[in-house]
Amino acid sequence: MKRYSIFALLSHAISGHQRWPRLWRDPDPKPRYKVVIVGAGGHGLATAYYLAREHGITDVAVLEKGWLGGGNTGRNTTIIRSNYLTDDSAALYEHSLKLWEGLTAELNFNLMLSQRGVLNLAHTLHDVREGVRRVNANRLNGIDAEWLDTAQVKAFCPILNVDPGARYPVLGATLQRRGGVARHDAVAWGFARAADARGVDIIQNCEVTAIRREGGRVVGVDTTRGFIGAGKVAIVAAGHNSVLAAMAGVRLPIESHPLQALVSEPVKPILDCVVMSNTVHVYVSQSDKGELVLGAGIDGFNSYGQRGSFHVIEGQMAALVELFPIFSRMRMMRSWGGIVDVCPDASPIIGKLPVEGLYLNGGWGTGGFKATPGSGWVFAYTIARGEPHPLNAAFGLERFTSGGLIDEHGAAAVAH
Amino acid sequence: MLLISCPWCGPRDEVEFRCGGEAHIVRPKDPDALLDSEWADYLFMRTNPKGVHRERWVHAQGCHRWFNVLRHTVTHQILAVYRIGEAPPEVEHHR
Repeated sequence: MKRYSIFALLSHAISGHQRWPRLWRDPDPKPRYKVVIVGAGGHGLATAYYLAREHGITDVAVLEKGWLGGGNTGRNTTIIRSNYLTDDSAALYEHSLKLWEGLTAELNFNLMLSQRGVLNLAHTLHDVREGVRRVNANRLNGIDAEWLDTAQVKAFCPILNVDPGARYPVLGATLQRRGGVARHDAVAWGFARAADARGVDIIQNCEVTAIRREGGRVVGVDTTRGFIGAGKVAIVAAGHNSVLAAMAGVRLPIESHPLQALVSEPVKPILDCVVMSNTVHVYVSQSDKGELVLGAGIDGFNSYGQRGSFHVIEGQMAALVELFPIFSRMRMMRSWGGIVDVCPDASPIIGKLPVEGLYLNGGWGTGGFKATPGSGWVFAYTIARGEPHPLNAAFGLERFTSGGLIDEHGAAAVAH
Repeated sequence: MLLISCPWCGPRDEVEFRCGGEAHIVRPKDPDALLDSEWADYLFMRTNPKGVHRERWVHAQGCHRWFNVLRHTVTHQILAVYRIGEAPPEVEHHR
């Protein structure tokens, strides 16, 4: 891997930037790999990278039916935070946030991590109690968290409407200063480049059509580019996890829904933090290009169609204007949908499936982007060792049988 | 945006309805006799098909009655609407 540096930049400037190497190879699939990862989004690529880096397993292919990072990795609203209520979630997301903080240097790829602070607004007495409780829980878990009263919220984000006469007045907010945003595409590209450099084959335009089993264990996958043998198969396919698991006869507690997002026309810097509100339900930040990046909740029906209904966007725009009257005349440029796989307890499933050699990392629902490095890190451990890391031990599929749910619904600092 | 034909009120805009998830999940008659895995399957496991989905909807801001819908989860096309207790009709669909 050719390292990026000021010297590389200068030397390529002389040749007019025409000779930069490709970020990753475009190999044909080999007949067999030790590990086949299905899905070249951020989570799948992070898994491949950490398999190579942490566990020395480089005989790995990452299969992608479309193009690398073209699913939810390229469709989310790029928010990163770790202010989750329950201990299991807090440990997992905080591990991920710590990885984020060193990742640009480690991958030698600018992820444009901007720890600008994430506000979670409280509009009702219940919101206030939930927020204060979550701040205390976060602090007990060693996660930075602050409670701001209305005046402090106004000082932190001056364009926010905190008029007590509002229908849902701002009564306070939680603040995680280490939270923020990162460049979503760069995460996929950075992991892909680093994994490729360690020998991982990234194979795009290669859709898995069947999972082959012999004697109760996985032996490989049929794809649109032929059969590929595998010692272990790891499903990291976001909205399509149910479809893939069904190929191996496994039922999942997952339903796929559209999650819509949209961006405004670009404007000069106006919003220098991330603002999230459950009660009026919108979250917003401003990208480096100047666009407002907006999201809210899922469409209520199941879908694989990567689009949703207009009234969902209308609802989040109403929330935006309620919170930020200054944005009322901004024009929206485009909207899109991604298909998110939602679990009943709003927590991911990271572990083995009841078929020998088959693993799943999914069910991240609406909040997977922030977890990208941590998710790959614990999943790589799980695949390499054949057993979960303590950080993801509670996140197995078996929790739906044992009853040990993670119970993040309504407690994850975001409405589901 | 979906246009949904309530069996009682006729075609109405999606905003009047709420989706109630997968249909035809029958509560086991004797839960105490089940294995934990069978109870988990009833409570949590879902078909989540990429294709025709059998689902329940309620006309929440209309007659407030429940009914079943066959809908394609890629095209969002509604292929049939039928009442609770009825078997899903046979439909042809085009992707």
